[in-house]
Amino acid sequence: MQISARHSDQTTIFDVSGDIDLANSPEVRKALLREVREKRTPRVVLNLSNVRYIDSSGVASLVEGLKASRDLNLRFILFGLSPSAREVLQLSRLLKIFEVYDNEDQALSS
Amino acid sequence: MGQRDTKGVSLASNEGFLLKLELHSDPQLLCVVRGALERLTEVFGFSPPDRRSVTRAVDEALTNIMRHCYNGRTDQPIEMYCARVPPRSSDSADGLEILLCDQGPAIDPAKLRGRRLDEIKPGGLGLHFIRQSMDTVEYRRVGSTNQFRLVKYLQPSKQSRAL
Repeated sequence: MQISARHSDQTTIFDVSGDIDLANSPEVRKALLREVREKRTPRVVLNLSNVRYIDSSGVASLVEGLKASRDLNLRFILFGLSPSAREVLQLSRLLKIFEVYDNEDQALSS
Repeated sequence: MGQRDTKGVSLASNEGFLLKLELHSDPQLLCVVRGALERLTEVFGFSPPDRRSVTRAVDEALTNIMRHCYNGRTDQPIEMYCARVPPRSSDSADGLEILLCDQGPAIDPAKLRGRRLDEIKPGGLGLHFIRQSMDTVEYRRVGSTNQFRLVKYLQPSKQSRAL
């Protein structure tokens, strides 16, 4: 799994690639929470279009990022969900809780 | 369940044994197991959504073993056995049985229920994913071994002749 960040006008976009599972979800969690809690970036966007698989620990990291954002009145956005990623969010009844878009253009124009 | 292994592992059938994996409780190996299961379930004849379901359930069960049975130790043994099992009824199809064995302490079955989903909070989703993904989920303690048995049945029209 690799995660990198792009910054532009009040927005940070994290590009994640590979699988998010128990081996690396702490890295994702750490990056998201630092951006939200420490930097207080108004809009944090996660590009998941190159993530094929997310396990429950990865979902938990996303939920932590979302809750931290809500606590600070910031936005937390996902886009590019694979079928597997969409399934786990549906299974956990979280798909409607997150702000989800198909692609980056839609996410940034929202 | 019929006996098929000298280590006390019992699978539902003496026929149809497909694959055995032995691994350490290292999260870095989860992707290796997922890769093997993706191919096995494809050759077995599952649809793409069912392949993802089986792979997800086994991955989550292994994650639970690594986190809770072995408390994050990465050098402990895990065994995985995969076998074909017969249909549940005359109008159904064969199933894929996966048996996961670890040597951690016994588990309180009350902790295997999972949590309610009406609260938005991290954690506790793995068991829910497993139960949603598989047709059968069983746990039992045999001697010093925890055994998790997962079964997923093929849709009748999708049964493969490849294996």
